[in-house]
Amino acid sequence: MALIRWLGEDDLISRMNRMQREMEDRFRNLWRYPSSATNVYPPMNVYDDGESFIVRAELPGVDPASLDISVAGDTLTVKGKRELESGDDKSSYHRRERSRGEFRRAFTMPDHVDNANVVASAKHGVLEIRLPRAEQAKQRKIEVKS
Amino acid sequence: MTDKEKKELEVSKKKEIEAQSGEPTREGVVFVPDVDIVETEQGITLYADLPGVRKEDLDIDIREGVLALTATVEPLPAHHRIIYREYDVGGFQRRFTLGEKIDQGKISAELTHGVLVLHLPKAEAHKPRKIEIKS
Repeated sequence: MALIRWLGEDDLISRMNRMQREMEDRFRNLWRYPSSATNVYPPMNVYDDGESFIVRAELPGVDPASLDISVAGDTLTVKGKRELESGDDKSSYHRRERSRGEFRRAFTMPDHVDNANVVASAKHGVLEIRLPRAEQAKQRKIEVKS
Repeated sequence: MTDKEKKELEVSKKKEIEAQSGEPTREGVVFVPDVDIVETEQGITLYADLPGVRKEDLDIDIREGVLALTATVEPLPAHHRIIYREYDVGGFQRRFTLGEKIDQGKISAELTHGVLVLHLPKAEAHKPRKIEIKS
């Protein structure tokens, strides 16, 4: 995680303890997520088709109905949980690469959006949220009066 | 860090197939899908994340004890101009060697919400069995 909260403890021992905890966290993540990088989950792309901004995220195995998607002003927030089936006591994992857990992501659009008309859909594990540009933010041609 | 923050997912950069493992024969990027493989007494279940893959674009091939997954993803409409990128869109490819315990004739597959679930049952001879002692 990129953000490390400053805890306000300044003596050497608590600083050492904190470093140790961070190292442990990091190794635990490496073990759980062998493909890990410093990215956040889920990775998202933003597209512009002229009319709308289109936010896409790959969320395989997540029921789109379970997501909490909201728009406030020009900021889109997506919250959810990726829960995956796990075996019982009698089963053993040979590979465990797929990430699981809770996530929350927020994006501010580069222009005003008509947040009453935001539409979300999901297809084959890819979430797509369409945020139409607000009327006043659309490109307009200004005629020069002669 | 609070517990809640820890529970949040970090991660998962898609792994692109390296050039050493064979020259790509089709256009576009190809990724290695993330998988979970779980073994029970009855068999092995393989879960593979294949976001964006439709049923008709997925090919599962079993040959000489090797199971090969190949999937393509529909390209996005050309007028969708990308303005912020965190991931790349592409197909998927991965191969698995099947153990001799697997009954290759009984493998079944489902694809829902971009997740492939492959059921690989064990052959009867390899399932655990209890022997009753006759009195």
